[in-house]
Amino acid sequence: MTEEIIIAGFGGQGVLSMGKILAYSGIMQNQEVSWMPSYGPEMRGGTANVTVIVSDERISSPILRAYDTAIILNQQSMDKFESTVKPGGTLLYDPNGISKHPTRKDINIYKVEGAKKAAEMGNTKIFNMIVLGAYLKVKPIVKMENVVKGIKKSLPERHHRLLPLNEEAVNQGTQIVEAVNII
Amino acid sequence: MGELRLMKGNEALAEAMIRAGADGYFGYPITPQSEVIEYLTAAKPHESTGMVVLQAESEVASINMLYGGGATGKKVCTSSSSPGISLMQEGLSYIAGAEIPVVVVNVVRGGPGLGDIQPSQSDYFQSTKGGGHGDYRLIVLAPSSVQEMSDFVPIAFDLAFKYRNPVMIQSDGAIGQMMEKVELFEPIPRLTDKQVKDLYPWATNGKPKGGQRRIMTSLDLDPARLERHNHHLQEKYHTIDENEVRFEEFNCEDADYVIVAYGSSARISQKALQLLRAKGIKVGLLRPITLWPYPTKKIQELVKQGVKGFLSVEMSAGQMVEDVKLAVNGKVKVEFFGRVGGIIPSPEEVVDALEHKLIGE
Repeated sequence: MTEEIIIAGFGGQGVLSMGKILAYSGIMQNQEVSWMPSYGPEMRGGTANVTVIVSDERISSPILRAYDTAIILNQQSMDKFESTVKPGGTLLYDPNGISKHPTRKDINIYKVEGAKKAAEMGNTKIFNMIVLGAYLKVKPIVKMENVVKGIKKSLPERHHRLLPLNEEAVNQGTQIVEAVNII
Repeated sequence: MGELRLMKGNEALAEAMIRAGADGYFGYPITPQSEVIEYLTAAKPHESTGMVVLQAESEVASINMLYGGGATGKKVCTSSSSPGISLMQEGLSYIAGAEIPVVVVNVVRGGPGLGDIQPSQSDYFQSTKGGGHGDYRLIVLAPSSVQEMSDFVPIAFDLAFKYRNPVMIQSDGAIGQMMEKVELFEPIPRLTDKQVKDLYPWATNGKPKGGQRRIMTSLDLDPARLERHNHHLQEKYHTIDENEVRFEEFNCEDADYVIVAYGSSARISQKALQLLRAKGIKVGLLRPITLWPYPTKKIQELVKQGVKGFLSVEMSAGQMVEDVKLAVNGKVKVEFFGRVGGIIPSPEEVVDALEHKLIGE
């Protein structure tokens, strides 16, 4: 199993930490992982993206131009990454803030109302965990118990009181993901 | 099994410096490697191992602090990125001349000049051909994963002290910034002052009773003596060249074509190799781990074995390709593919370059 993912959105949406938690979850079940962020000038424009690879084998290139899954959280990223999903691959997006919805017919498309749900839950910071939950419902590449461990490893200890809230957010994400186009 | 962590290359490097039993780190922050000094200052190793971490006033100061620390037989290291490493070249030449063991890490970014802060490999000439003046060599190790950012630190210290020679770890912004799984090695205790005295009789740690005053200098105004010193250095470099070449090969046994690439480029080329093999093209990958000494003999063996052509893949305008050409010596085709300015080539571009430049005509 090798899953090559791009997660892309605005800085502050928790794109990089979502990737980190996913990568840590992979380590918790003894898989190989890589986490390659955009850094430097491309980040200064307000967009952030990270390539995460989780695999049973040694990972070759940590930098890719085509992905099994794209998780897209703003319009700029939709414009940039919709075309990079491999045919037969998966695109997951939050329609909040998206003006042009994805149009490809050769990939599986799902949406998750993550921003809306986070607002309902009263904490916009757990948005990324809702999206992560939605992704794992569609592609259960790591076990939930290992995701919980991954969150624990990624959160600094002073924030560990927030662990149950984060777990609940992941759980909510698994429940609210909707299929838009299934091939 | 050692402790498993998810770390950035720069963080793994910093943790490895502490675990390798380093006595001192002297550095100055610069993107894309500032996490090294950030990690070290946060870890406060002076409270655990006693290792000194100091932010120097400049890169020129840090390399000269290494001269001083290394001359006393202490394990000292620094890290920087391309423009900072350029500032250190005078010091490195002096350190090589005075035969002082130090470890210097270059997390390379796009150049020339201030360039940008994106990953690059355009400092290959500087690392392997002597960025400073005079006839000298650095031993150059090129990690291609976060794991190797950790593993190569103790190896670099061992080589530095074995040969009393500066060792460069040449990484790049991609490996510095990305996170991967790392298995951390067991900490190696720092040497005591007595151990240093016993192990390194050359070290300037006080004039021994009745013994000679020791001087660590690169200055010798007597041409005959300086020529003898140069001959001694060249013999040492020859010994290193004979004994310390390191490389890794993938699918070279039956290869018609071989990609030569190191660091991040080797990772990208590994993916390209998989894509090419899937098309039925017999491609291998040779990954030099030491950029100097260079795996010249391995390349010559591959030529003898029947490899029809080599493609050097680099994040530069074509630097290592010169060493591939020297090794191949005109016997078969050698082509180059690279991206510059901080752009990372894609595996698909490498596939395309190999098909068109090596096989195409």
